[in-house]
Order: sequence, then C-alpha cells, then structure tokens
Amino acid sequence: MDDLLWARWLFGTSLAFHIVFAAVGVAMPLMMVAAEWRWRRTGDPAWGEVARRWAKGTAILFAVGAVSGTVIAFELGLLWPAFMRFAGGIIGMPFSLEGFAFFTEAIFLGIYLYGWERVSPRVHLVSGLLVAASGATSAFFVTLANGWMNRPSGFALAGGAPVEVDPLAAMFSPGWAEQVVHVLLSCYAATGFAVAGIHAFFLRRQPASGFPCRFHRRALSAALLVGGAAALLQPLSGDFSARRVARAQPAKLAALEGQFATERGAPLRIGGLPDVEARRTRWALEIRYGLSLLAFHDPTAEVKGLEAFPREEWPDPVKVHLAFQAMVGAGSAMALVALWGLFRALRRRELPAGRGFLLAVTLAGPLGFVALEAGWLVTEWGRQPFAIQGVLRTADSVTSVRGLAAPFWLFTALYVFLGAVTAVLLWRQILHAPRGEEGSP
Amino acid sequence: MTPAEILGAAMLGALVCYALFAGADFGGGIWDLLASGPRAREQRALVERAIGPIWEANHVWLVLVVVVLFTGFPPAFAAISTRLFAPLTLLLVGVVLRGAAFTFRSYDTPRDEVQRRWGLLFSASSVLAPLMLGVAVGQIASGSARALSLFPLLTGLFAAGLFAYLAATYLAVEAEGELREDFRRRAIAAGAAVFALAAAAAAASAREAPLVFRGLTARGWSLPLHLATGAAAVVAFGALFRRRFRLARLAAAVQVALIVVGWGASQYPWLVVPDLTFESASAPRRTQVLLAWALGVGALVLFPCLYLLFRVFKGEKPFSVMDRRP
Repeated sequence: MDDLLWARWLFGTSLAFHIVFAAVGVAMPLMMVAAEWRWRRTGDPAWGEVARRWAKGTAILFAVGAVSGTVIAFELGLLWPAFMRFAGGIIGMPFSLEGFAFFTEAIFLGIYLYGWERVSPRVHLVSGLLVAASGATSAFFVTLANGWMNRPSGFALAGGAPVEVDPLAAMFSPGWAEQVVHVLLSCYAATGFAVAGIHAFFLRRQPASGFPCRFHRRALSAALLVGGAAALLQPLSGDFSARRVARAQPAKLAALEGQFATERGAPLRIGGLPDVEARRTRWALEIRYGLSLLAFHDPTAEVKGLEAFPREEWPDPVKVHLAFQAMVGAGSAMALVALWGLFRALRRRELPAGRGFLLAVTLAGPLGFVALEAGWLVTEWGRQPFAIQGVLRTADSVTSVRGLAAPFWLFTALYVFLGAVTAVLLWRQILHAPRGEEGSP
Repeated sequence: MTPAEILGAAMLGALVCYALFAGADFGGGIWDLLASGPRAREQRALVERAIGPIWEANHVWLVLVVVVLFTGFPPAFAAISTRLFAPLTLLLVGVVLRGAAFTFRSYDTPRDEVQRRWGLLFSASSVLAPLMLGVAVGQIASGSARALSLFPLLTGLFAAGLFAYLAATYLAVEAEGELREDFRRRAIAAGAAVFALAAAAAAASAREAPLVFRGLTARGWSLPLHLATGAAAVVAFGALFRRRFRLARLAAAVQVALIVVGWGASQYPWLVVPDLTFESASAPRRTQVLLAWALGVGALVLFPCLYLLFRVFKGEKPFSVMDRRP
C-alpha cells in the first residue's frame, strides 16, 4: 500500500474508534443526570444505583474519548498538513470553540464524578447538566467543520489558495443545520439503544422481582426514552439530510443510491450491489420513482447519475452504497423497535416487559453504533476523491512523511488494547447486576 | 499589538498553564514511578487523589494550543507536524496511555498486582509524554530536523525534571506529616536536577540553538528575566528548606512560568525556526481577529469554571500563599 492509503487507514481507524466514545460522551451524561434527578426526586435506591453505575461507565468512556480525541487533533497535522495549511484559517474556528466546550466538559465531569460528597445536590446536578450540554456543543462544532468539507463556503480561490476568507460564513455553510441535527440524534439513538440493549439483556436473565430487576427496569426505561425518541426522529432528519446531499453533492447521492445513469423518475434501490464495470446496480429491490420522490419531493425530478461526472471524480459506489444501506437498515430497525415500545407504552401506560420486546431491544442494542459508523463512512467515502468537496483532493492533502505503516500498526494496537480493556471493565464493574439494596451513591 | 501577537501571547499563556497544571500531573506520574521507602504506597495514593478530579481539565490546555495554532497559524502547524512527526506521535502515545491507564487503575479491581500493572503503565507514560514534549520544543527552538541530537534530548529531560519538581512542591502542600517530608526532599532533589539540566541545555544551545542562546544571553530583556527566574528559584528553595510549603509552591510555579515565557520570548518573532515568523505564518487577519475575540470571551467563561474545580477539590483557598497555622 502507498502512504496515502496508510494515512487514510490510520485516520479512519482513529476516527472510527474515537467516534464511539464521542457519541457516548454526548448522550451518556444526559442519561446519567436524568437518573440522578429521578433518584433525588423519588428517593428510590434503584434510581440511585442506575445513576452511580452510569457515572462510572461515563468516567471510563470519557477518559478514553478525551485522549483519543487529542490524537485526532494532532493527526490533522501529522497526516494532512496540506489540508490544514489550506483549511486551518477558514475552518479552524469551530475547532477552537470546541476546545472551550471540551474544557467545560472536563471541568464539570471532574466535579460530577469526584464531587458526590463535596458539593450540594443542586450543584452536582447542574454540573452533570453542564457536562451533557458541553458534550452536545462539542459535537455541534465538530460537525460544522465536517459540514464545511462537504459544502465548502466562506472563501474564494485565487491560484489554488484561499482568499477573501470569511470564517463565520465557513462555519455555517449551507446545510449545517441538517447535518448537526442528524449527528446529534445519532449520538442519542446509538448510546440510548446500546445501553438499553445491555439492560434488556440482563433483565431477560433476572427473576421478575427484587432489587436487580427494579434496577435494570429503571435503567432500561431511561435509556429507551432517550434512544427511542432519537431513533423515531432520525428518519425525518435523514430525509432533510438526503435532500441537502442531492443538491450540494449530487455525485455522493448517486453513489449512495447506486445510480449510474442520469434519469427522470429514478427508482429507490433497497439492497443490491453496484457493478462499476457494467454501470448498473444488480439485485436491488427497486421502488419506481422512489428516489426522485425522496430526494426532490417530485416523482419526475431528474436525478444525476455517476456517469454525469468525470470518472476520476467518482466516489466508490460499492462502498458508499453498502454503507448507506447498512445505515438506513439499522436505523429503520431501531425506529420500528421504538415504535413498538411507544405503542405499548401508550396503551398500557408502562413500558412493555415481555420477553419478546426485551429480546428485540437486546438485538437492536448494537444497531445504533452500526448506523453511526456506517453513516460516517457514507459521508467520508461519498466525498472522495476530495477532502474538501470540489476544492482539494485527499491525495493532495497528505503528508510528505513516509513509512506511515508503522504509526498505523502502533495506533491500531493501541486502540485494540484500549477497546478490549474498556469492554472488560464496563462488563465487570458496571454491568454486573447489583446483588442487594445496599448500594447508595 | 497585532492580532498575530495577541494569539502568540495566548498560545504562550496556554502553554504556561499546560506546564503548571498538566505538567504537574505528569510529574505526579513520575513520582508514582519513583515511589520508594516505607511510605511508597501512601505516596502513590496521594498522587492519585491529587490528580484524579483535575487531570482531564488540565489536559485540555494542550488541545487549546493545538487548535489556536492551526486556526491562527496554519502553515506553522503544518510545518511543525511534518518536521516533528516522530516525537509528536510518541507524545500522543504517552498522552493516551497515561490517561487511559490512570482511569483503568481507578476502576479496575483493587487487587495489588492489577493495580501495580496499571500503575507501571501510568507512570512510565507519564515520563514518556513530557520527555517527548521537551524534545519537540527543543526541535522547534533549534530548527533541527533531528530529534536525536543533544539539545532536544536535553530539553526533553529538562521538561520531565521540571514537571517532577513542580509536582513535588504541589504534593508537599497537599501531604501531611512524614509524607510531606518525603515530597519536600523530592522537591529539593528534583530542583537540583533541574538546575543541572538547565545549565547543560543552555550550554548545548550555544551550538545547536543559536537563536535561543542569543535570547538567553544577549537581548535587552535577557538579564532581568534570568534574574527573576533565578530569584523565584532561590525563593522556592529557601521556602522548601524553611517548610513554607505554599510559598514554595508559588515560587516554583513562577519559576516554571518564567522559563516557558523565556523560551517563547527568545524565539520571537520566529514561530518555527528558521522558516516561519508570526507574520509569515498568519492566517487571514479576519480569522485571527475573530479567534482573538473568541479566546477572550472563552477565557471569561473558562477561568471561573477552573477556579470552581480547584476550589472544590483543593480546599477553600486553592492558590493561597500562606500556610495556615495548625
């Protein structure tokens, strides 16, 4: 492999790893504070137990997220110095603001985690809320930067260099809102479902009464509330995002739908495998007019196919299409589980507790992160060969440093190690069912 | 002041804070590695207690320096990242392992051998990170492409020694009784090592980092700055000998801050020796002005929050100079 590919592998691996912890850092504090708030209001020790255990989980996950995020900040320069030289002055602003959000997040998480006995309940709750708000703010700013890479704005080009730079216009490039909402919802949906899946798994193995059962039920209800609400809103947000992509990045839309020819009344393809040689997508379930309808809200609208673009500017339709199908499939399954829970909850005024429902939640547990990773791959692969859409190619962004295989293996080993230890510690310390009533925060 | 100078000053200020706060956390890790004597276990427990709630916040200063650098001076960020690829990569490994191992130790089983294993990883990476940070600074200052030459290696050791010294003076304030004496002795020993390493690095700079050397010796402000740094060091030592621990902590912090400022001042106006100055590496003026405003407003939020953090975990007057009479 050449160094460009190693650089992409290293950066991709770093982001794929970090993104999990970043998403948890957005959603977990909210759930943890909600549990503590319920505990303070009701005095129910099961809620206290939920709050305490979720706080421990957050502590471990946040620490790994903080250090792996630092790696990303440095890797922007270590791997993509030409990109940073071009883009730093245009789009560095949201990163700088994110630095402050990261600061308040770390400060108030310190107070929250170590301050149970040191600050008043009110200060403790507010600290937790500030952690949750800071996490969401961080995601907001970082997504703005990614949005700009998809739809660059706020500068003009003169001889290949940016001039007339307007950092505020760059920060809020057209379509920023769609992408930010989509990303934030994905964090809440993925984290909520993952946590709900874990507690549903344990609930299925618990006797239906006693403290452990109450503990897991409380946890499940809070996690499902956050994850389910986000999963129900996400298809709506996905629709807004897709229409934005259709206008701003038509090549990406063509790749993610496996659309080769430009046509009016383009079909929506479910599944299938794009065949680049034959320039068609095989074995897909085709819904006539579906794509035109979804992308432009007009069944006869013209959808540009990949063939409308120079061959060397195509993203890889196989990867992009498959990742997109994975994202939509996982997201739809989660929305269905959320609907199931919602209907039952509305009719019986409590969360369904049947084994079938618990099994569905357990199985849906990992889907949120599948969708999140797949969605991130869609947006990154779908922009290739560009790092900045239409402006700077990834191949022109890479460092001149050679031998990038070595850091790739070094960091991959590091991530495998950190991931494994994190999983073991969460399993051992947080997930084991509490045995009795004794635990109090 | 131009916007570039304001941003340069802000970066230097953030670096000073990084050294004073995160540096001391790394120093704590070094003392975990070097814990010895009958109270080795208590020494480690104190380090853990001291840095537990605050290390993540202290770490953010580094992230702030990086983002201000790449927003305000993109070509400098690109040049530094390319030239310092190896030490920065190893710095990252140190930063990642230090933070992860520290957290894993807190949440893993309290069995001795498990704790020792995490402790070793935590403390070894607490040595690696400042070492590589110092090497990187040495390379930037000397304009050297090689990490493996005398001056960067000496600045690496100097940084590690400086952080250990700082941590020992902080820990002496937070300890009591015999444990306090342990860290008092460590502070004095580390201070002596810092002095020796500083002399060696200064001598090496004559050959390898002429710009720094000239800054150290020949500029108008060199002498007063050195006198002030030296005075802070003397006060710190005197206070350590007389067991005025809070005064010693303050003097050591002033000493370290002046050393960082001295480095920055001796390098000015070069941002990356010998290619880029603050002017030539500047982002568009509009970006720099906006960034400077953002930093100003951000600081108004940040400092009260930081004060609250230290107020909660370091006692009622976290930065007080006076030792309270028992």
